[in-house]
Amino acid sequence: MADGIAFLFNVGDRVRVRSAFPIGHVRTPYYVRGKYGMVERVCGAFPNPEELAYARRGLPAQPLYRVRFLQCEVWPDYAGQPFDVLEVDIYQHWLEAEDVQ
Amino acid sequence: MSDDHDHAQDHPHIHRSPPRPDQDDTLTYYRAMEAAVRELLIEKKILTAADVRRQVESMDGRNPSGGARMVARAWRDPEYRRRMLSDGSQAAREVGLDVGPLKLVVVENTPSVHNVIVCTLCSCYPRMLLGLPPDWYKSRNYRSRVVREPRAVLGEFGTEIPSDVQIRVHDSTADMRYLVLPRRPEGTDALSEADLAKLVTRDSMIGVAVIDQN
Repeated sequence: MADGIAFLFNVGDRVRVRSAFPIGHVRTPYYVRGKYGMVERVCGAFPNPEELAYARRGLPAQPLYRVRFLQCEVWPDYAGQPFDVLEVDIYQHWLEAEDVQ
Repeated sequence: MSDDHDHAQDHPHIHRSPPRPDQDDTLTYYRAMEAAVRELLIEKKILTAADVRRQVESMDGRNPSGGARMVARAWRDPEYRRRMLSDGSQAAREVGLDVGPLKLVVVENTPSVHNVIVCTLCSCYPRMLLGLPPDWYKSRNYRSRVVREPRAVLGEFGTEIPSDVQIRVHDSTADMRYLVLPRRPEGTDALSEADLAKLVTRDSMIGVAVIDQN
């Protein structure tokens, strides 16, 4: 728990980044939205920067995860090796369990 | 350009050409805002000009030697290396670096994994350990391409990663900062920590280069 927000995911969990396109200050890169990945580590909880950007307090703090993606799933035309990966810091409110559509 | 003489004479001379335009920075919106806020803070005696200068000098004065010290110690001390990989910020404090609230994650290159760091959203960078980021790190070219074609981008840095080595690109989009622990060159067993630190380059700690094998 962190200031009332429960950590929903653990290391190794498969997650999907929400396929959402809100306007304003957003910290989830466009290129991973809607993509599947795996929680590589749990980083802790931090005031939500998407709120801080508008001089709000960003509380309660949002759990932050390191999510690992296979490059070939992020970029269908990826020219490297099939085992190459990309890791991105993603806040919990941008993640959903793999089976949620 | 004036052409008031006969070139067929083929004499040494200097042509007058338009002078190169000055490369002075322009006063952009945000620069004007910075100047206005700074002058107000000074006028209202919240800060002095010397405070501002000291802070700028402190930021300008940082360089990659802090990160290099951590890497060199990790190469010589397996226990330190283990602590560094589990808590990078604490490991930075151990070598005397004041990293404040920085959340540092150290990622280790191995014979089968090569790591490279980017911030696609802006230009997040472990300044406390590496100093100011190079201009290319902030460029749209590097930021947009290294996540999509890392092997090609690394190749442009002269860094060829073998096809059996996994590339891990780390996009630092949030509160964590990343530092690559490069592989130790062969034949350096006898070197002191200080001499090892001299081998560690900035680019190897960003992950766009490897350290030359001796």
